[in-house]
Amino acid sequence: MRNLFRGELVRLTAEDPEVRAKIEVHWQRDSEYRRFLDAEPAMVVSEKWLKDWFEKRTEEGFSPSRYVFSARTLAEDKLIGFFSLWVDLVHREAWVGIGIGEREVWGKGYGTDMMKLCLRYAFSELNVHRVSLGLMDYNPRALRSYEKAGFRLEGRTRGDVQRAARRHDSLWMGILREEWLAMQDGEKV
Amino acid sequence: MEQTMFDIQTQLFEGRDIRFGPIDYEKDPQIESRWTHDSDFMRLYDVEPARPMSPAMVKKRYEKLEKEIEEAKNLFYFAIRAREDDRLIGKALINHIEWSNGNGWIELGIGSADDRRKGYGAQALQMLLRFAFAELNLFRVTARVPEYNEAAIALLKKFGFTEEVRRRQALERDGRRWDLLVFGLLKDEWAKQAQA
Repeated sequence: MRNLFRGELVRLTAEDPEVRAKIEVHWQRDSEYRRFLDAEPAMVVSEKWLKDWFEKRTEEGFSPSRYVFSARTLAEDKLIGFFSLWVDLVHREAWVGIGIGEREVWGKGYGTDMMKLCLRYAFSELNVHRVSLGLMDYNPRALRSYEKAGFRLEGRTRGDVQRAARRHDSLWMGILREEWLAMQDGEKV
Repeated sequence: MEQTMFDIQTQLFEGRDIRFGPIDYEKDPQIESRWTHDSDFMRLYDVEPARPMSPAMVKKRYEKLEKEIEEAKNLFYFAIRAREDDRLIGKALINHIEWSNGNGWIELGIGSADDRRKGYGAQALQMLLRFAFAELNLFRVTARVPEYNEAAIALLKKFGFTEEVRRRQALERDGRRWDLLVFGLLKDEWAKQAQA
């Protein structure tokens, strides 16, 4: 069996609220990163606020519908990002939220490696039928990375995000279990 | 539709055969409990597993809903009532409003089979859109519909909604997978269509 928690560039660890808050507070000073995460207004937040938020999430982590991971580089064991999965247990669909806060590793394949681990976890451990995500049209780097991971664009909600004084579309993507399996190309999952 | 659509005198909560009102904690739980015993209604209205709810459970839900309305301030809920006898016939709501983006998600349901196919849904949607665009000043509204709910899809298309996303095989019911469709309507599309 494959090691689910080790990729080519990163390994997955549990999220430690204190450790994550300490670094996330720096990441979120970067409003570009913050605006990639979701459509809520970017805002300055304290380490304490973030720690409370992550602690609350850790408690939710014991539920069978919520899975959160931190990602560390294999080379330097540096915490660079996270992903989380929300699972609809009835319809067997998982939603992914993923982010890399460390700008210096953007565009170097770390996100793609994380997404590979994320999909393997969703399809071969959580056994979902499909995985879904949303992003904004001002994040083309993420779009390319998700396409590379096997996601297909399923549509766009027109102008539902207003940022930098103009309207943007949200893009919605999905990958089905059979599509993911076909991509594994005989490799052991 | 008439020019009065945009007048300040226009009654936002009165339609031809229906009106929008608040929740009636005395009478509504019994009625909505009956709707939840109709699995067809439940499966058309929601993607959550259909399950019958007692009047007490429905009442608890109302309380939770009103608390959310009070605290989150991103949700508006209307009980749809028949004008003739004030009985509860359905519900209409806008939730998950993102004020900075001017986007909200709409939901609409006519609970009893006897009240369907009478145009109540169309009147309620007209009032809900007028409220969303002419009172809340949203830029767009979004609706989510399983591909098997043909009546809802026809109604949304009639009101000018565009199918924007087809989430392939997102639902499983009756042993097969179904697509979940997302429809959107922009304010200027609504205004054109409402004036025509």
